[in-house]
Amino acid sequence: MKLNSHNWKLACLPFGVVALVISLVAWASSSPINISSKAPLMAEDNSFSQTVKQVDRFFEKQWSENKITPAQISNDQLLLRRLSLALHGTIPSLEEIREFDSMQGEDRLERWTQKLLADRRFADYFSERLARAYVGVSGGQFIIFRRDRFKAWLSEQIQANTPYDQLARDLIAGEGLWTGDPETNFITAASADGNLDRNKLTGNTVRAFLGQRIDCAQCHDHPFDHWKQSDFEGLTAYYGQVEIQVFGVRQNEELKYEVEDRDTLEKRTVSPQVPFLTECLPEEGTLREKLAAWVTHPKNRRFERASANRIWGLLFGVPYIAPVDDLPAPTDLSQSEPDLLDLLGDDFRKNGYDIKRMIQIIVASKQFRLSSTSENIEPEQIERDTEAWALFPLVRLRPEQVIGSMLQSSSLKTIDQNSNLFMRGRRFFSELDFLNEYGDLGSEELNDFPGTIPQALLRMNGKFAKENGSASPLNSVGRIAQLNISDEKRIETCFLVCLTRLPTELESEHFLKQYQAEPDQRAKITEDLFWSLYNSPEFSWNH
Amino acid sequence: MIDTTFLSSKINRRDLCKVALGGTLSFMLPGFDLKAAQKRGPERKKSVIILWMGGGPSQLETWDPHPGTKIGGPGKAMKTALPGLQISDMYPLLAEQLESMSVIRSMVSKEGDHERGTKYFKTGYRPEPTTVYPALGAIITHQAPNSDLEIPQHISMGNTQQPARGGYLGGHLDAFRINDPGKNIGNMRASVKSPRQNRRLDNLSVVSQTFQKGRVNQAQKTLHQSTIDRALTMMSSEQLNALEIDKETESVRKAYGDSPFGRGCLVARRLVEQGVHSIEVNLNGWDSHTNNFNGHITQSKLLDPAFSSLLKDLKSRDLLDSTIVLCIGEFGRTPKINGLDGRDHWPSGFSCIVGGGGLKSNVIIGETDPTGKEKKPKEPVEIQDLYATILQKLNIDYTKELISPIGRPLKLSEGTPIQKLI
Repeated sequence: MKLNSHNWKLACLPFGVVALVISLVAWASSSPINISSKAPLMAEDNSFSQTVKQVDRFFEKQWSENKITPAQISNDQLLLRRLSLALHGTIPSLEEIREFDSMQGEDRLERWTQKLLADRRFADYFSERLARAYVGVSGGQFIIFRRDRFKAWLSEQIQANTPYDQLARDLIAGEGLWTGDPETNFITAASADGNLDRNKLTGNTVRAFLGQRIDCAQCHDHPFDHWKQSDFEGLTAYYGQVEIQVFGVRQNEELKYEVEDRDTLEKRTVSPQVPFLTECLPEEGTLREKLAAWVTHPKNRRFERASANRIWGLLFGVPYIAPVDDLPAPTDLSQSEPDLLDLLGDDFRKNGYDIKRMIQIIVASKQFRLSSTSENIEPEQIERDTEAWALFPLVRLRPEQVIGSMLQSSSLKTIDQNSNLFMRGRRFFSELDFLNEYGDLGSEELNDFPGTIPQALLRMNGKFAKENGSASPLNSVGRIAQLNISDEKRIETCFLVCLTRLPTELESEHFLKQYQAEPDQRAKITEDLFWSLYNSPEFSWNH
Repeated sequence: MIDTTFLSSKINRRDLCKVALGGTLSFMLPGFDLKAAQKRGPERKKSVIILWMGGGPSQLETWDPHPGTKIGGPGKAMKTALPGLQISDMYPLLAEQLESMSVIRSMVSKEGDHERGTKYFKTGYRPEPTTVYPALGAIITHQAPNSDLEIPQHISMGNTQQPARGGYLGGHLDAFRINDPGKNIGNMRASVKSPRQNRRLDNLSVVSQTFQKGRVNQAQKTLHQSTIDRALTMMSSEQLNALEIDKETESVRKAYGDSPFGRGCLVARRLVEQGVHSIEVNLNGWDSHTNNFNGHITQSKLLDPAFSSLLKDLKSRDLLDSTIVLCIGEFGRTPKINGLDGRDHWPSGFSCIVGGGGLKSNVIIGETDPTGKEKKPKEPVEIQDLYATILQKLNIDYTKELISPIGRPLKLSEGTPIQKLI
């Protein structure tokens, strides 16, 4: 039978449509952000370097008083790794390492930090961290609580660098529907069994924005601090008029806040009252607007100190004062010297509560650049140095950092919003699965936690580790094994991809021997090399 | 606590291989753990198996039927081997095995939401933001660890959103999870065989040495290597056999049912024999807001064979006296049948089965109103009371206080033991 060319074209039509749809979807899903913008030039800012100096001096004074010698300054590659882990939750890709290596100038780390902060990955990563601090990780009541929307909203605010006090006020006083005005999910997250738990709202607000755990004052006076049960009730009364209706979160002026007395079981009305700094309360506004203004008032130093402690915690993996949300009351600065949180907080307030600026200050300070190695071998001495921040702390990577790093190291190119759909989808689903098995830390993520045997088993034998660590033309293991380069270079590339450093002579020799002994086993040797890097302490500890 | 002296001592991989080899040969000798595992009666250390009914089963279609009433639905009741107890006729196999167990028909909770209710009923503490409470299994493992075990001490089987956690006691007390018990022991087997596995471990020690330079103390404190070593011990342990069920005869496997829950119950029995003290087997699918009656028939076909076989086996192996079995969910379901033939969440007055391990048997506690009008059951029991009872039977002082990370002293259980069960 003669092949009809018309039929042939018809037969191809579906394929054409599929191809068109695929390219359209790929185009639509690609990020509007420019591909890997160049690292910007630094603008001179006196107050910026002033604060950095103050922070450095603060620690130097402590060290000299306690006769402590700080550790050496780390090399740039290690700092690159710390920065990516802190700001993007992954290790740098080979592509990024190469780009950084090609940069010149004394200030290349500062410029690199700016680049990372401008990257959408920063906003996405930090929005999850902040969401945990505000509403935890639980799903809540699905119909009225949309965590996904909430996180997306936070990410937008971070990307736009909304002043942090503004962001806090939007959360506390926001009105509207949880879908259209996602900030209101801060309120609806406290809903359980169809009732709004106002005590939980107060607890969340004070922990997230003032860095104090007053939840126990819900039932009794705080055992160690000066918080009274009446303080808690007075604060909660500011949430007394918020209501969740069909039209969303609304203020209802008719409502009175009542509590049941634990002893007499009688109901009594509580009027809104703040425990201190009454003068910071505005005259005007709804109850929640008043509370929001009070929490973020420039005189309320708890707000800036709590923010500084949290940001410090996210950069180092451990907060300056632990736990991250239970800080001592601020001291009187006319009587005593400002501490680190006062210094950072002061700069934060004077510069429009700019999160990105605070991050840059901390990164530019000496603390962030200290090595985690020490010539001391006395355990007590090392303990002392670590406590004095004279040594970069060894901190276990959080689960999402482990999975982010494993995924990134399985690719030579940067995995970000410009990656293809497949890669991004893989990241999304593997992260969920892995977190589920590795154990998610929820809102407790800045607390110290021990590693577990199931985690070790998951890294060694898990499905994800197996898939990522088996050579294929699509992943870095397979590609590095295939590359037509010397075995020395091959080993170097593996180390850069996984550990962001070159191998030592000893390491190089060890692996070189393996490649030379069995030249036809390149793929398997590379797989085994990758496996050992994935499971090394260096991979899963920030150092 | 974990034995840190063991962790910090310098065991290298070769030593471990020796230990592992010794372990493989030790079956020839009646080792200590073997002796302990063979003990029966009151001398044997007690285990707890929790059969967790996720979603909240209906008390009316399980252990507290009210046939012929307005709230009773179409179900019927049947007599059981426990004198005076009638349960739903969907459980004919279990009915024969209930002698020496007890039933509580008056469990009450203050949480009507799945997540909060599950947290409350798995820990004995109502959830709150500042403290993550440990599950009962974690408390038991913390207070009465079994140092002879090379496999995890606290195991949760079957798929669940909320497995038993270690809470403030630490992540190392989280239940070890096995999603598909009896089929897949998950990550317990190395992905490559020796000599490649050996090459991998050799590589690892070379790379780890570099990291230790300048960080000898810090690196040791991370416990990274010792955790890996313990994982390797586990991977080569003979005790892993407890997780495999192909050694059981086909008729035994069939009796439990070829479902994740059935296999989980069979593995649970094997784990008890091995000396594991805290085991959880999850069965989801009880959240019957619609089509309650058909849903409960489906569920009963999974629960009845597995639960009854477990009790039967424990009895015939003389293990029930040292094993507490508890079958419970986060709440029950409304007496009222809704418009979609379903029942909704009901945290006041629902049932559980508990027994074994020296608890008093054949006791029926509480009663619910057959008209469904009276919300409160007779003799209400709170979960913390049940856990205090269980801990006491395990010779663990439930009033003992531990200090939470924020410095708050917390009792192991805030309940009081249920006298009728002791």
